Formats: sequence, structure tokens, C-alpha cells
Amino acid sequence: MPDMSLKKNEMPVQQPDVRNKNFSEVALGYTEEQAVSEAKRCLNCKNKPCTGGCPVQIDIPAFIGKIAEGDFAEAYRIIAESSSLPAVCGRVCPQENQCESKCVRGIKGEPVAIGRLERFVADWHNAQPEILAEKPVSNGHKAAVIGSGPSGLTCAGDLAKKGYDVTIFEALHVAGGVLSYGIPEFRLPKSIVQKEIDSLKALGVKIETNVVVGKTVSVDELMQNEGFETVFIGTGAGLPRFMNIPGENLNGVYSANEFLTRINLMKAYKENSSTPIRAGSNAVIVGGGNVAMDAARCAKRLGADVHIVYRRTEHELPARAEEIEHAKEEGIVFKFLTNPVEIKADENGWVKSIVCQQMELSEPDASGRAKAVPIEGALIEIEADCVIMSIGTSPNPLIKSTTEGLDTQTWGGIIADENGLTSKKGVYAGGDAVTSAATVILAMGAGKKAAAAMDDYMKNK
Amino acid sequence: MFEILEKRSLNPTVTLMKINAPRIAAKAEPGQFIILRTDSESERIPLTIADYDRNAGTVTIIFQIVGATTEKLNHLSVGECLHDFVGPLGTATETEGLKKVAVVGGGVGCAIAYPVTKKLHELGVEVHAIAGFRNSELVILEDEFRAASSKFVLMSDDGSAGEKGLVTDALRKLVESGEKYDRVITIGPLIMMKFVCGLTKELGIPTVASMNPIMIDGTGMCGCCRLTVGGKTKFACVDGPEFDGHLIDFDEAMARSAMYKPFEQKSREETCNLFSQEVK
Repeated sequence: MPDMSLKKNEMPVQQPDVRNKNFSEVALGYTEEQAVSEAKRCLNCKNKPCTGGCPVQIDIPAFIGKIAEGDFAEAYRIIAESSSLPAVCGRVCPQENQCESKCVRGIKGEPVAIGRLERFVADWHNAQPEILAEKPVSNGHKAAVIGSGPSGLTCAGDLAKKGYDVTIFEALHVAGGVLSYGIPEFRLPKSIVQKEIDSLKALGVKIETNVVVGKTVSVDELMQNEGFETVFIGTGAGLPRFMNIPGENLNGVYSANEFLTRINLMKAYKENSSTPIRAGSNAVIVGGGNVAMDAARCAKRLGADVHIVYRRTEHELPARAEEIEHAKEEGIVFKFLTNPVEIKADENGWVKSIVCQQMELSEPDASGRAKAVPIEGALIEIEADCVIMSIGTSPNPLIKSTTEGLDTQTWGGIIADENGLTSKKGVYAGGDAVTSAATVILAMGAGKKAAAAMDDYMKNK
Repeated sequence: MFEILEKRSLNPTVTLMKINAPRIAAKAEPGQFIILRTDSESERIPLTIADYDRNAGTVTIIFQIVGATTEKLNHLSVGECLHDFVGPLGTATETEGLKKVAVVGGGVGCAIAYPVTKKLHELGVEVHAIAGFRNSELVILEDEFRAASSKFVLMSDDGSAGEKGLVTDALRKLVESGEKYDRVITIGPLIMMKFVCGLTKELGIPTVASMNPIMIDGTGMCGCCRLTVGGKTKFACVDGPEFDGHLIDFDEAMARSAMYKPFEQKSREETCNLFSQEVK
């Protein structure tokens, strides 16, 4: 008989006024008792609507059933059949828009906490004595993966399991892509990312860091000179956008990418780091996505008072509800219907304030979407000694500009079919490099599909 | 690994290193740069490629000891390895169609002005090189410049090497004596490049300046190295590092380069203390 309580089991978290001063993980994870209790809320629906909401189609009722029985090892095995990064996805997936949004328990009350259960199983598995994966027998085919973010890691893992000789090329000095440089430690501990990468290496995947494909070596050279039969491009969407308003190049103005890279990749938040960061005492973050929340919460942890300015209302914030909630609890102040028009400097060329236009929502247009329009003459000035622009990113043009015959959209995204095949024979692509900035799990889904298509292509060549 | 194969002191604060980096050596062109980390905790610093040998698979860097990381770099010896070494980044120096060029270098910027001079010289372009230093102790690559240019003018602030005066004085003199350049390429301190570009604008000579702003990834990801060129924001790492010198907002670039000065100073002092303790 399922547990019919309407609410999810709460997950223990660090208290807001404690965690907003440290970079340790915020959410602490279920205990075994909590996990089993939550698992018992699952109705084990025959038609599995939740699985339909999962971009990598994890057999969700099956793994939850095993948790309810206390068989965590089997639960892990079921997840691992479909997902290569469960400890990551359990933490950063927007479950409320995916699996959990389809959960029948959500019709009356809260859905089953599928994400928290996935995280529990992955963490339980990672805490067990290491059982090294057996390296698959080589099939003699070579594949290259460009970029070691979620799509690249997934693609590499799936190919390696089938016996391919896979090399990942990473531009930075550390593998993981956005998992390493973008998502902060308090949301995704880097030890977890490292663990996932180590397990890929155990499968025989080689990772060459410090290789900027398009500069150090080209896609064509990889295929012609280095014997790679297929190439997967998973280079993400790393190019920051700016607003093009006056004062954006003043000292103290960062792109969210720069701010987060200094903190996450270069560890600038640590006392003895050789990379500097300056969050100031009044930080203003521009934007309303998950990256904006990450930047805001980092700035808070570095000691700044933090405002988020967003040009529409709370209702339109693109960030996950949980991230917004966490940010508010930590003392971050939101200013809605506020759109920056100018950044002002002090006498030393540092940011002093940010001038914003106040907005109002128009009547919804034909598409049902209300537009933010300026209220004439309504300008406010917010004091700030640090401004972080978090208004989105676009794909990096390095590969496009150096790979002949690779077609891209006008905005820079690589054109690929539903299996990831690009306009160039043997070359596949997926993740944000194709879709523009999206989620970890969608990128993983794309890496998975491309791996299957690459397998087909190499087998039948 | 990126082993240090050769290390040579060019002057008391400038060091040359030859690094084993076959992938980069195969692709490098004058004007491009690399990013390195000395150890697992190091920051990432950009350095322009001073030379490369495709056959030997080596890349030469020349750096001035200005901060904690270059201090640490200078303490590494032949046989030791750099933790990370990535490149070649940025775009190469545009050399097509040039017939007569003046290369104007200042200080450690001459380390980058030299490979450009050499490349132009090898392409058969007539190159005049002007190199400026504070004093004779700091002069680097003098013989190399002489060998790679048809005219070489050495300048120093105090007159202890070559002629006394600024590189702009030398350039003006050459032009006034009737030399006609179809391009000036300038590499050195921002303030020097600002004045060189000011002069060439007045003289109507197209000019390229090589920028070396603060960077992190060097692939266009962070925007830290942005600067304003002709009213538009550009990223030095992917759009540059060379830009039309008449369009660069040098004042903004100078302000941005000083962003972490206090931090850099403190961190260099700490590093120096660390090394002096080791010596004891």
C-alpha cells in the first residue's frame, strides 16, 4: 500500500544564514529512511508518465520500487542503464518541469521527489567501496569527442561501453565543461564531477585537456591525420552576451561566465587562490536564469549585499523555483520590472551605480505573452560596486569558423538532425552547441542519441 | 607534459623559455599567444608566442617577472614541466600585401615585436624596427632585431643604450626623413602604444597594436579581455590580440589592466617571501 501523504519528504539543508557564508553543498540529501519513505509514495503506474518526461528515459518506477525494497544497488543499476551522470542530474535537473511534472501524485499534492531519490541512489553508490568498471573489449574504431561537458561525457561513456577507442578533447585545464566552470560547488560539488569523470577513464576514455579544437587542431585534422572515424562536437554555448549599454566595460563589471569561472574553475573563493575576484560590498546581478541565481549566491557568499534586477516579473523568471527560493532564503533581494540602461563610474573608473528603467507588463499579445515595456521617465539608480551580466550565452564560433562544410544557424548554433548528424560526414553534434543554452539533462540526451548514431555509422562503414 | 627544454635570462627581469609543445608548435603563427599554468593551483596567464620550431615541436615564450605567477614561472628549471600550456590562441599577424613596415616595440613587448619582424623579413617585406627600453640593462634581442630588419633604431629613456628619447621620436624622425610605411605594428606598454597610435594617426599610417589584457580562458568564454575598438566591444582572445590602433580605446584598456593591481602586488610579495624562505 503506497504512502498517501500529500507532501514530499523534506530534504535536509544547511540553514540559510549559515550556508550563505560558505561554499559547501546546500542540500544534504536523504537518509536511507527518508529515501525509503519517499519511495513508498510512488504508485508504480503501469504507463510510467514520469519516464516519458525524462530526456534519457530512465525507468523511474522501477528504480523507485527497488529503493522501497531497500535494494539500492539494483536501483542504481536501473538508473545507470539510461543515465551516465546520475549524481549530477539528481542535483541539477529541473525535475519540476520534467519527470516530476508528469507524476500522478502531483495532481493532488506534491509529486514524488524523483530527483532527490535519484541523487540518493547515486550518492549511496558513490559511497560504496569502489568496484572498478571492467574495461570493454576494444572494437578497434576511434572516435573523438570535443568538449567534456554533459553531452560530451555522455557520448564518450556510451561509445566506450560499446568498445570504441574514445578521446575527449577539452579546451580548459580541467574536464567537466559547465559542470566544472559554471555550476558552483554549493550546488554541485566538484568531487562528484571528478568521480563521474574517473569512471569514464576506467572505461578507457582518454581525456586530453588544453586542446582547443579549431586552434590547436582542427576537426579535419583529427579525422584525416589522427585516425578518428567520427567526431562529436559538444562545445556548449559559452560565449557571454552583454547588453551593449554605456559603462559595461568599467572595472567591476563581469559577465556571469567570468565571475563563475573565477570562482568555480579557478577557486578564487579560497583564501590562498592565485586568481583574484571582487564581488564588492554591493553586487547587482542582471538576469533571471539559473546562472544569475548561481552568480548572485556566489556574490553573497563572498560577502556582498546582492540585488538581482530582472526586467519582467517573478512569474516570468526562467530560473528553477528551487533556486529562486534558495536565493531568497539566503538574503538576495529581487528587483522586478527593472531594466539596466547605464552603468556609472566613480572617479577611479570603477562601477559606482547602475541606472535602471522601470518597466510594466503590457496586455498579453496574440501569443499570450505579456511584454515588458518601459514606464516613461521612471528611472532608478542602484548603488553597486560590482555588476554581473547574466543575460545568456551563445555558441562559440571557433569550430564553425575552422571546419569546412559544417553548417550553422545564423545565430551560430550547429545544424544537426535528430540523431545529431551535422552537414559533414562522420561529424555529429549535440547539447548547447546545437540548441543554445539549455539544461544538463537535454545535453546528455543529445550525447546519448549521437553516440547511438555514431555506433551505427562506424559499424556499417 | 610541457617540459622546459631551455631557459635563458635576457635581462634581470626578462626570461626566455623553450617549451616542449608539439601540437602548438605545429600550428603557431606570429601574433598568436598561449595560456599557461605553472602548477595545479596556478592562475592562467596569457603570453604571446615569441618563436616556434615545427620540426622540434617547441614553442618559445619570453616573459617579464611582474607578478606572482611569472615569479613562480621564473623559478622553474630546465627539465621541469609546466602544468598547463594551451594554444595557439588568437589570430595571427596579418602580413598579406605589405611592402614596407615599421615595427615599434617597447620593453618586454619587443619579445613579441621580434618574431613579427622576423616573419616580415623572411617574407621579403622591408622592415624597420624601433625598440625602446628604459635603460641599457633592460635591452633584449638587439642582435636578433638587427639581423631581421633593414634598419634598426634602439632607443632608451636615459640614453644609456642607443639614442636618448622615446620610440615615437624615432618613428617621427624616420617618417620626416622620407621613409614611407604602409603599416606600423606596435607592441609594448599600453601607454606607449597609445602614443604611437596617436602619432601614426596624425601621420596617416595604418597601425596595428597588439593588446595583452587580463584573460582567463582565452577562448571567448569569459569576456574578461574585452576592449572597445571603434565603439564596439571586442574580445582580445578571439577577435585579437591585434587591432586597428587608431580605433582602440586605450584609456579604457589601461583602466581595465589595473583592475587587480592591489591583489597582484600582495600576491607577488607573498610569493617572493615564500621563495626567499626557501633559499634560507
